[in-house]
Amino acid sequence: MPNTMPEALLQTREVMISAQDICKAFNGQPVLRKVSLDLMRGEVVAVIGPSGSGKSTFLRCLNHLETIDSGQLLIEGEVLAETNAAGICSYVPEAQIRRIGRKMGMVFQSFNLFPHLTVLENVIEAPMVVKGLARAQIVPRAEALLAKVGLLEKRNSYPARLSGGQKQRVAIARALAMEPDILLFDEPTSALDPELTGEVLRTMRELAQEKMTMLVVTHEMGFAREVANRVAFMDRGELIESGPAAEFFAQPKHARTQAFLHNML
Amino acid sequence: MEYVLSLLGPLSQGALVTLKLFVITLALAVPLGLALALVRVSRFRALARLVGGYIWLMRGTPLMLQMLFIYFALPFVPVVGVRFDDFPAAVVAFALNYAAYFAEIFRAGIQSIDRGQYEGAKVLGLSYGQTMRRIVLPQIWPRILPPLSNETITLVKDTSLIYVLALNDLLRAARGIVQRDFTTTPFIVAACFYLVMTLVLTWGFQYLEKRYAKYDA
Repeated sequence: MPNTMPEALLQTREVMISAQDICKAFNGQPVLRKVSLDLMRGEVVAVIGPSGSGKSTFLRCLNHLETIDSGQLLIEGEVLAETNAAGICSYVPEAQIRRIGRKMGMVFQSFNLFPHLTVLENVIEAPMVVKGLARAQIVPRAEALLAKVGLLEKRNSYPARLSGGQKQRVAIARALAMEPDILLFDEPTSALDPELTGEVLRTMRELAQEKMTMLVVTHEMGFAREVANRVAFMDRGELIESGPAAEFFAQPKHARTQAFLHNML
Repeated sequence: MEYVLSLLGPLSQGALVTLKLFVITLALAVPLGLALALVRVSRFRALARLVGGYIWLMRGTPLMLQMLFIYFALPFVPVVGVRFDDFPAAVVAFALNYAAYFAEIFRAGIQSIDRGQYEGAKVLGLSYGQTMRRIVLPQIWPRILPPLSNETITLVKDTSLIYVLALNDLLRAARGIVQRDFTTTPFIVAACFYLVMTLVLTWGFQYLEKRYAKYDA
């Protein structure tokens, strides 16, 4: 799909995530049917679609929170899972899965902050435990990240004392502390009161401006339209169509996309 | 009053035996219970089922029977035949029995932690072991303190069962004096000893609950 790429990215078309023909069923019920999507370096792709369309499941397959039944997953050119000619899908060994998984950070709808740790401790936990960095080594970076999301003054608060928007911004800082190449967002604003979504979207917009590679499952049409380079529409487990954001919203090709956008806007 | 004071010495001797059994049992049964719980929730199905069977056995038979078995019958069991003295036999029985109860408390605590915590840890690159040690287990304490305090207080009183091995615990000491002096006063004094011990425990657990409440909003 080279013609769907923005001009600026054409020169450096480094594929960060390549998902080919991903299939996945829960208890015999197919939730992903041959979904294919590529994510390029520096690109922001929004995945939209009705509830139950499989968009969150697709995202969760990318970093092994769910396992795929068939298809191929490549992360920065490295195989995570592939399916042979006989249709048998296999994953690389556990240690490799973990190493590849670290290239991606993730932000959840329900934040999943660690409630027994302060804001700062939430951010430095993984760098200390996983990367083995000393506290003194990581704290300045963690504080810079907290300042970036506007929450430095909350560094010693526990998550229970934060608003939803603040929690989500801490979650973003926590993910960034591991220095991932790609950030996955699973409906990051869906659990927030409307007046709190703005602050989270603002942070995400800043990341997009810094050319962070992002895959965002969202219901925020405004965000998809303004921030995403590309928009993908999923319905009933299928990826119906994807294209540059402006084009996608102006002239959706597929009838299902048209109907969905008509209902949303 | 003078009579009551004269009881304090001999009853304290008994209370010391009670306390010793209590402390050693707790020190052994809590880690053992935690280990059993971790195996029980692990992905090693066969081991998990084995632990399930162990818990069933330990909770399904009387503690006194277990104690009598370990003291009187174990020495004659082929292969494992070990002979314990009376106090160590009591310690082993108490630790094995209470570990089963503690294991279930720990399991309930571990399973009460939201799946999102595991996922949050996993996407940050933490291994299962790191997730357990750093994320899950620290969070279970405030939740399991109430049942843990229940079990611990029960343990204080269950220690009186060791009279069957002729060990001079607090209650047996009191009973000896009752039979000697033909008065039930020692029972009342012994009850006060137990009450003081459980009161200290109650306060201790209240303190811990308060300390852990800080991050629960």
